[in-house]
Amino acid sequence: MKRYSAFAVAREALRYNTGWGRAWRSPEPKKHYDVIIVGAGGHGLATAYYLGKNFGITNVAIIEKGWLGGGNTGRNTTIIRSNYLQDPSAAIYEKARSLYEDMSQDLNYNVMFSPRGVIMLAQTEHEVRGYKRTAHANALQGVPTEWITPARVKELVPIINLAGPRYPVLGGLWQERGGTARHDAVAWGYARACSDMGMDIIQKCEVTGVRRDGDRVVGVDTTKGAIDCNKIGMVVAGNCSALSDMAGFRLPVESVALQALVSEPIKPCMDVVVMANTVHGYMSQSDKGEMVIGGGTDAFNNYTQRGSFHHIEETVRALVETFPMVSRLKMLRQWGGIVDVTGDRSPIISATPVEGCFVNCGWGTGGFKAIPGSGWAMAELMAKGTAPLAEEFSMTRFREGKFIDESVAAGVAH
Amino acid sequence: MLILECPYCGVKAEESELSAGGEAHLTRFGPGSSDDEFHDYLFVRENPKGVHFERWRHANGCGKWFHAARCTMTLEVFGTYSAQTTEPPQEIKDVITAKRPGWSWRNVSDETNTEGQRT
Repeated sequence: MKRYSAFAVAREALRYNTGWGRAWRSPEPKKHYDVIIVGAGGHGLATAYYLGKNFGITNVAIIEKGWLGGGNTGRNTTIIRSNYLQDPSAAIYEKARSLYEDMSQDLNYNVMFSPRGVIMLAQTEHEVRGYKRTAHANALQGVPTEWITPARVKELVPIINLAGPRYPVLGGLWQERGGTARHDAVAWGYARACSDMGMDIIQKCEVTGVRRDGDRVVGVDTTKGAIDCNKIGMVVAGNCSALSDMAGFRLPVESVALQALVSEPIKPCMDVVVMANTVHGYMSQSDKGEMVIGGGTDAFNNYTQRGSFHHIEETVRALVETFPMVSRLKMLRQWGGIVDVTGDRSPIISATPVEGCFVNCGWGTGGFKAIPGSGWAMAELMAKGTAPLAEEFSMTRFREGKFIDESVAAGVAH
Repeated sequence: MLILECPYCGVKAEESELSAGGEAHLTRFGPGSSDDEFHDYLFVRENPKGVHFERWRHANGCGKWFHAARCTMTLEVFGTYSAQTTEPPQEIKDVITAKRPGWSWRNVSDETNTEGQRT
């Protein structure tokens, strides 16, 4: 792999950019791998990357039915924060946020991490209480967040209307170290680093069956033939139920559509991320100047990767009240992704009833922020059989009643 | 936008007039059931790619609960039917069989093909 650097840019400028190689190889699958990761999105690629980097396991294939990073990794609103309520969540999301800080250096790939700060607006008395509680919890967890007054919100976000008749701004939960990153670059950076370690990224290859020998997984059937493996990691978000059915166990998740939209580009007007969970709307301004807006989930099971018009209407109606200046913005694009939601709105990073088969799913409406931490924990779980960060996120927690209730922090998903 | 016909008042209601109630025809396990049964009843739901049976409520209309058969891959609606039943009626199953030969969902399926049934 050629290192990307200022020197490389200058060198290529002098030879008409003829020296750039492909960022990752596109190999045909081998007959056998130590580990197969199903799903080449952010979480899958991060899992593979940390398997190689932290545990030296590089005989790995990452199988993807579509294209790399083409699912929810390429469809989210790129928000990164770690202001969750429960200790296990704070640990894994804060790990992820801290890994984002030096990810560009680590991967030698600019993921454009922008720690611009995230405000979660409190627009009802319930939210005021909820976010104050979260701020106190975060203080105990060592995650720097603070409860801020409406005046401070206005200072940070001059375009906001505090006195909306339906949704007045009563304050906010402010995480200064939160922000955004370029979502595609995260997938591409991990893919390039994985490929460089000798891992095979196999795109346009759909898993059609999971092969077992008794209670043990021995391989997968794919549209490019059968591939043997010792361990398999299922990291396929909305499609995890379909895959777990193939392996012969069931997951406590349901797949629903979550959607987002983006406006025409305008001059810089808001340099923080603002989330308004009461009205299911969140907004940030991309580097291109577009306002990136996230909406709500559909309430019914759905695999169509489309949104519903009435959700856009709801989201935009509420945002117009909170940000009057967006009322005349034209929207450029709207899209949906299929998110896998668990009962307690927390993910599942877990061994399964099938030996050698591990699952990382249930990130629901907020997986992007967790990509590096999720990969870190999943890799440790797959390599060693146990991982401190993943321990509480076992799929057996529902049976035991040990929920990690994040319905307030996850916000959009209720 | 999803449009379902309420089997009680006959109104063709769009999504915003309805509220989704999740998987249909659940067996409600309670005291005396095994841990597995109770766990699955509380937390595990069918999440199929394809034919699905659901409960819906005509919330901003007659207010009544009913059932719908729907495809989660295309949003095609196969039909709606009364809530006063513990399994999908034959005519709904026939409609699905005509459109999705070989379908199965939980313990109901295309009767001409019983493979893949979950008991």
